[in-house]
Amino acid sequence: MTRTVVMFTGLERLWHWSQALLIILLLMTGFEVHGSYRLLGFGAAATLHVLAALALIVVWVFAIFWHLATGEWRQYRPTTRGLAAVVRFYLYGMFRGESHPFNPRPKRKHNPLQAASYLLFGVVISPLLWITGLLYLGIDLWSAPADLPLAPIALIHVAAAYGAALFLLVHGYMITTGRTPTAHLKTMITGREEIEEAAQREQQPERG
Amino acid sequence: MMHPLAGGAPKPARYAKLLLRPFGLAWILMISGAATVQAAPEALARVDPPTADHSQFEPLQQDFASGREVTRACLECHTEAGKQVRASIHWRWEYRHPQTGQLLGKQHVVNSFCNNVTTNLGRCTACHAGYGWDGPDFDFSDDSRVDCLVCHDTTGTYEKAPKRGGRVLQEPVKVHGHPLQPPDLGKVARNVGPTSSETCGSCHFFGGGGNGSKHGDLDTSLLDPPPGLDVHMSDAGAGLECSDCHVERAHQIAGSRYQVTARDRKGTGAPGQRRYAATCASCHGLEPHALGSDPAALYQGAKLNAHVDRIACQTCHIPAMARGGVATKIWWDWSQAGRLDADGNPIKRHDADGNLTYWTRWGEIEWGKDLVPDYRWFDGTMRYTLPDQTIDSSQPVPINRFAGHHDDPDARIWPFKMMRGKQPYDPVKDQLVYMQLFGKTEQAYWQGLEWQPAIASAMEAAGLPFSGEVGFTETRMAWPITHMVAPAEDALACGECHARDGRMAELTGFYLPGRDSEPALDRWAQLALAAALLAIGVHSGLRILFHRRRRHAE
Repeated sequence: MTRTVVMFTGLERLWHWSQALLIILLLMTGFEVHGSYRLLGFGAAATLHVLAALALIVVWVFAIFWHLATGEWRQYRPTTRGLAAVVRFYLYGMFRGESHPFNPRPKRKHNPLQAASYLLFGVVISPLLWITGLLYLGIDLWSAPADLPLAPIALIHVAAAYGAALFLLVHGYMITTGRTPTAHLKTMITGREEIEEAAQREQQPERG
Repeated sequence: MMHPLAGGAPKPARYAKLLLRPFGLAWILMISGAATVQAAPEALARVDPPTADHSQFEPLQQDFASGREVTRACLECHTEAGKQVRASIHWRWEYRHPQTGQLLGKQHVVNSFCNNVTTNLGRCTACHAGYGWDGPDFDFSDDSRVDCLVCHDTTGTYEKAPKRGGRVLQEPVKVHGHPLQPPDLGKVARNVGPTSSETCGSCHFFGGGGNGSKHGDLDTSLLDPPPGLDVHMSDAGAGLECSDCHVERAHQIAGSRYQVTARDRKGTGAPGQRRYAATCASCHGLEPHALGSDPAALYQGAKLNAHVDRIACQTCHIPAMARGGVATKIWWDWSQAGRLDADGNPIKRHDADGNLTYWTRWGEIEWGKDLVPDYRWFDGTMRYTLPDQTIDSSQPVPINRFAGHHDDPDARIWPFKMMRGKQPYDPVKDQLVYMQLFGKTEQAYWQGLEWQPAIASAMEAAGLPFSGEVGFTETRMAWPITHMVAPAEDALACGECHARDGRMAELTGFYLPGRDSEPALDRWAQLALAAALLAIGVHSGLRILFHRRRRHAE
């Protein structure tokens, strides 16, 4: 038995897609500022980068508030329970046509591997980018904090950006690993997903 | 005749003669006469109207026989002017550097053009703001020897003789086929006024052997520049004259290449304060870029203002040197001088633009136009290599040098014309030398074409030791670039410097976004991305493969 549920509310989808667009823009302009290629010209790239970063900070502030206020932050709590089965699925079961060992539902939308990678992105990569980015901006514009050398800040920023690029790459591919190659994408656009009721009970990990 | 301050003739007509003349005649030819005069209202507004009309002054109603007579007449009213000029570097050609203690000025330094003034006086001092400095016995204390007219002529007819120590041209001469008329000193005296780009340029555009030769940012193209060449001096731009930036106090002119204000921290000064500074910031302030109204323009304005502490305005706003169509010398090899053709005659060769590329008297010259400057951290303090200092001739000898580093808050990145060449030195004492080029004696190189006597004579005159041996060493001389400021829209784009092989490629010691990276980080990170892509490729390939197999099995 399956039933259709609203997996992602309109607010969540707005958050996700605005963040996605801004991050793609930031990566494109950021690596141009880094000198990896020439696309818009350094000045335009740097300007867009800063404006997109400021917009993303606004999005994040709202998103963090939303996660805290609704308790949705729990979605990203790491767990090893079911992790091995998920890893085994991607490395083996998937090719044999097995169904995914994890069945998402609104209360626990992400499988353990997914949740761990989002957590890594949310609490390691993003804050690194955010903090070093603000320092990067502040050192030149306001000479603050004083006497902080730019090089290490820039290098951490770039390293974290590579991490974000890696995340985006893998994330983009994992989208295609649903029941059909476009199933996850459709869910992220419409918010709706068909879930299996029976499996849901079977697989539900205990809270804690 | 209307008042000379009121604007003058349209520039093209007024300077046609100046612009047409070939290089090398430069310093003797001044501005051609102002026949027609038309008052432009803007020009009137630009100039503070004078309270005196010199054409009505009694002492000036005469025919003057010499420049000194004119000066004596000037001094009747301008009682302090002589003393003021005599205290200036324009008079003494001497400068005690306040930071380094070095005794500099044209009298003392060696440069990489005609090398030195000592023993070449009569010729070099054709550009002295005085009359008759053709030997060491010149009386620097004599007010009447000050040349008022060379700076204050407004008629464009004033001429100094080419080889007579700055004296006024006395009889018509033809120099290289170009006739020069002695000026009507009475007329010139009755039409004196403020200095102008023509009067300043009559010397400063022609240093180093001709139009544009020396500086790379000063030549006759600045007499009537389009805004794209010089947004300040163009009549279609701000319409400024040299003295609008090089402000004056008691005949002391602001601006120095010996002690440059590499970073001006004062800006415009307090309201109403008149700053004695030729810096960009003295007019434009310390935050010269407008903060636009939209977020992008706001950020960009703020970002550009945040560059001001580290980047000289000139670096971005003078995108290239010698942009006005007049070439500048970039290489002068004196070691090639002295060659004669098969018949024993001097050799002269020119490039397509008519610039001398070889002359028996000069050696080999290279010229450049629209040149990208060299960029250096510059603290503003120029130190010179003088002939009493030991040099290392195994590498190019810096004729002048300066400090500057990212960590020095007073240093900024400046553009330079790096003049290079080869010039004589004493290989035994490892010292630069003075040389006598000019003069009617066989010792003068331009007479005898022998280096040894030319150097011996100059060193003796300067009271300096000389081994008698002559060698040639490569030299380089740094000329800070500050003129030919382009309109804002022509300033360098960010990517000119923020790039892997951009204009800042040679500068080290700081992290420049767009240029710098940690290669190991990039390498490993890109490897990780490539590995992820490979894994994705393999994984999706396997998915497709097994999917097909299952479909076949069914």
